[in-house]
Order: sequence, then C-alpha cells, then structure tokens
Amino acid sequence: MSGVSAVLRKELTIYFATPIFYFMGFFFLLIQGFLFFFIYFNYFQTASFQVSQNPQLAAMLDPYQVVFRSFFEDLGFIFLLLTPILTMRLLAEEKRSGTSELIFTYPLPDWAVILGKFLAALVVLATFLLFTLCYPIIFAFLTKMDWGQIASGYVGVLLLGGACLALGLFASSLTQNQIIAAITAFALLLLFWLIGAQQDVGSAPAAFLSAISLREHLPNLAKGVIDTKDLLFYLCFTYFFLFLTKRQLESRRWRV
Amino acid sequence: MDAMITVQDLTKYYGLTQAISRLTFEVGKGEIVGFLGPNGAGKTTTLKILAGFMPPTSGKSFINGYDCLTDSLAVRRSLGYLPETAPLYTELTVSQFLRFAARAKGVEAKRAPAEVDRVIESCGLVEVRHSLISSLSKGFRQRVGLAQALIHNPPLLILDEPTIGLDPAQIVDIRKLIKDLSGDHTVVLSSHILPEVSQLCQRVIIINKGQIIASDAPENLSRQLGHGSRQKLEVRGPTSEVMAALKNLPGVKEVIHQGETTFLVESGDDLELRPEIARLVVARGWDLLAMQTQEFTLEEVFLNLVTEEEA
Repeated sequence: MSGVSAVLRKELTIYFATPIFYFMGFFFLLIQGFLFFFIYFNYFQTASFQVSQNPQLAAMLDPYQVVFRSFFEDLGFIFLLLTPILTMRLLAEEKRSGTSELIFTYPLPDWAVILGKFLAALVVLATFLLFTLCYPIIFAFLTKMDWGQIASGYVGVLLLGGACLALGLFASSLTQNQIIAAITAFALLLLFWLIGAQQDVGSAPAAFLSAISLREHLPNLAKGVIDTKDLLFYLCFTYFFLFLTKRQLESRRWRV
Repeated sequence: MDAMITVQDLTKYYGLTQAISRLTFEVGKGEIVGFLGPNGAGKTTTLKILAGFMPPTSGKSFINGYDCLTDSLAVRRSLGYLPETAPLYTELTVSQFLRFAARAKGVEAKRAPAEVDRVIESCGLVEVRHSLISSLSKGFRQRVGLAQALIHNPPLLILDEPTIGLDPAQIVDIRKLIKDLSGDHTVVLSSHILPEVSQLCQRVIIINKGQIIASDAPENLSRQLGHGSRQKLEVRGPTSEVMAALKNLPGVKEVIHQGETTFLVESGDDLELRPEIARLVVARGWDLLAMQTQEFTLEEVFLNLVTEEEA
C-alpha cells in the first residue's frame, strides 16, 4: 500500500505543480457556472413565475428535479471532454521521457502504479466537483433542499468520472504521445456515450448496447434513484479498463 | 566469494535483431565491474535486463540469489538503477523526487526524510535540494539520478553510462562518488570511455556485437591481450648503434626511436627483457638513464580485440 500512496502523492504533486490542473479547473468551473445560472437557474425562475398563480402546481415544482437533474446529467457530458486531458499525461509521459525505466525498476507492483495514478486523477476530479458544491449550498438558502438526492447525484457523477478516467488511463498506456492518448480516450468515451442512443429500442443488440453505454446509467442516479445495477456498471467499467491497463503494461515483458 | 549477479546464456532479440547473444558471467559481492563496448554492443540491453526493466528472450539471470524473472520485486528491492541519460521527473523538486523514490522503494515514512538527507549530502545536492529538476544542469541531474539509485541503500548498483555528457570536473566528481561507494556496494557500470573503466573497475567485461570477448582485470587485459610488453628506455649513446643492438636482442619485435635518448622496445611474448637490456647497455659503455615497463592502454587492447573479431 505504501507504493500506491507514494505514486499517488507524486502524481498529485505533479498535477498541482503544472498549469494543466488550474486551466482545466478554471474552464470547468466557468462552464459549470454559466450552465447553472443562465440555463438551469433561469429556467427554474421562469417556471416558478409561471406557476406562481397556481398554488397546486407550485407545490409540485421541485427545485431538485428542475435544476439539479440536468446539472448532473450535463456534468457527464462535460466529463467526456475533461477527463482525457487529465489522464493523457499519466503513462504516456513516463514512456516518452524515459522515467518508465525508473518507475518500473522500482520495487512497485504494476497494480500499485496503476492504482496510484488512477486515484490521483480521481482526487483531482473530486476537487473540481467539490467547488460545484457551492450551487446546492446557494440553493439551500432559497428553498428547502433534499440533500439525499444531491448526494446520489454526486455519487453518480463521481462514479462516471472514475469510469472515464480508467478508460483514459488505458488510452495513455497505449502510446507515448499525449495527444494521441487524449484523442483515443476522447473517441472511445464518445463511442461509449453514444452507443446507447440508437433508434430501434427493444431488439436484443440494442438493449445490450444501451446497457453498456456510459450515458444510460447516469439519469437514475441524477434523479436520486440509487440502483445497484448502475453502481455495479460503473465499477465494472472502471475495473475492466484498469485491468486492460495492467495487461498493457505487462505486455512490455513479452513484446519485442 | 558469493556471487551478487549470476548470468547464464542471456540472449535478447529486438524483433529479428539480436542485441545480446548467450552472455554468461558472474559478479562477486563488493566487486566493481565495468561493461565496455562500442555503441550498440549490447551494454544497455544487458543492464536493462538485470535491472528488471525487460525480460531476456532466453537465458537466466540471478541477482542476490533471486531470479530476475520470477522474483522481480525482490530483485528490484536489492538494486539501484541509473538508466542511460538519467531520466527524472522534471516537474518535481529534488527533495520531492527523492522522497518519492524512497517511499516507492519501500523506505518507511518515518525514515524517509533521513534517507533523503543522507543521499543529498553524499551526492552533493545540498544547494539544489529545493530546486525544480527541470532547472538543473546535466551534472546535477546525473547526481540526482545517482541519489535516487542509492536512496534505499541497495547492495547492488547498476549505472548505465554514469559520466556521459558531463564536463571533466563533473566526471572527476562522479568517479570519486562511485569510488567511495565501492566499499559496501557491488557496482556494475557501463561505459565506452576506456580510462574511466580502467581507473574505477576491478574487472572489465568487454562486449562487442552482443558477445563477451574478454573479461579480466584492466592490468591483466592490457598485458595478456596487448600481446607482449613494452619497455621505455632512455639510453645515452649513438642512436643507430643503440637501435641495432636492441633489435638484436632475442625476443624483441620492434624498436622505436622516440627522439633524443628515448627508445620504445616491444617484445613478442610476455618476456622479461629488462636484465638483458641493462647488461647490454652497460657492456657497450652507454649510459642507462631510465627504464620503465609500459602497459598497453585499454584503447589498444580494445581496438585489437574489436578488429580481431572483425578480421
């Protein structure tokens, strides 16, 4: 375990020492802020204005369902763009700069290196998400909040983020070029995002594709429904790509 | 003497290209061994395999009694490795990087700061300990590379071209550092600079085209493989007569006049010529001013070996 924490600490130091973290954080929060106040919040305002004449309708207007559901669902899409940038460096740069010769001759098992790097990226993503907590907190001053639903939404986006990062880490293990790693991760994520969106719902292949789509598992959690099916999907997706990364690292031992 | 490294029939192919072919050698505990060879001879490949970075195509290697393939973690715990060109995490400061190396190599969290201080001290990094590695000169980077190899006090050090790209003063520093380590560490280093190896190492393994072509102490190599010995004489007397007389001595292959009173006498085999020469000079009534056995330099040995191989 000390190996994991050593790698985690090193990766976090590099994240916080390089501008990429600050740039990504800045633009992420800028976009989030824009979406929140000009789209969701505006919509909520308009809706409340419209129902203000009708107390029955007003009672049904749930700020969570109106504002935060779309907030969490759109976060998923923003992660598609954000996570490849966070993970592209992790393994590709080690190979390019030759430091892979250091880290892989240190007495660290491969899984400790992978887990340390994955957790570091997850910590960075969680830090970004931590800043978005200001929205529910502001809302709590205006109206009564259901914190359970908020928690469910955050669990959902964090799990989705983890799945995206695992895929990005795998993409980074394939090449020594950061740009190619980012493009590969982005293309794969987009594929897994869109794969569930075909028209002929109901046929067996369509049901299967929709079941392995990253997008299809977020709405429930964003709605505030915690279903083990969705949790397990994201955890399995994450594990699967971490496993592929490990196999990819091991392949240097038998590849010429 | 116990063996620190045992290598049997080590072979490595990159695709269809053979990098090393059936290397077999041993390195004893506490020995300093130099790998010598022209560029592309297979030095780096051999060291990478020993350090556990990649496996051989076939053959076995043991370090400290552990199999490099099956006991990779135990092997990696017992060695410190400085890769060629000393790659480092340039985004970190020296002490951040060394702390990472210490923790990654299993040094306990409590002991890590003390170990970091120790290597910073011994590698002369005190003044740059809080500098970013990206801002360091080549010489300092090389020392940081050496420091991370030493951080967990391993019994074996594998250094790939430790002095490449340094200026002469830095080379002297690094050599001194390696020499200081020699007491309780086994050191394997590679180089294509011959004087360096002959100064530092107790034993030299010469590799060419992936095969070991010689392995011995530097002095022995120059004596045996230089084919005979060489005497440098200073004799005061008529030059041509001296030349002729020396040439007539049994066993002498060649006499070279090096100007003024200096002559170089090469003998065919490992023959003791000095008494003969002394008697000759005295008998002729010339003055013998100096006589010195000159060993063939490793350069000559090396070139001899490599060209013999090619012939």
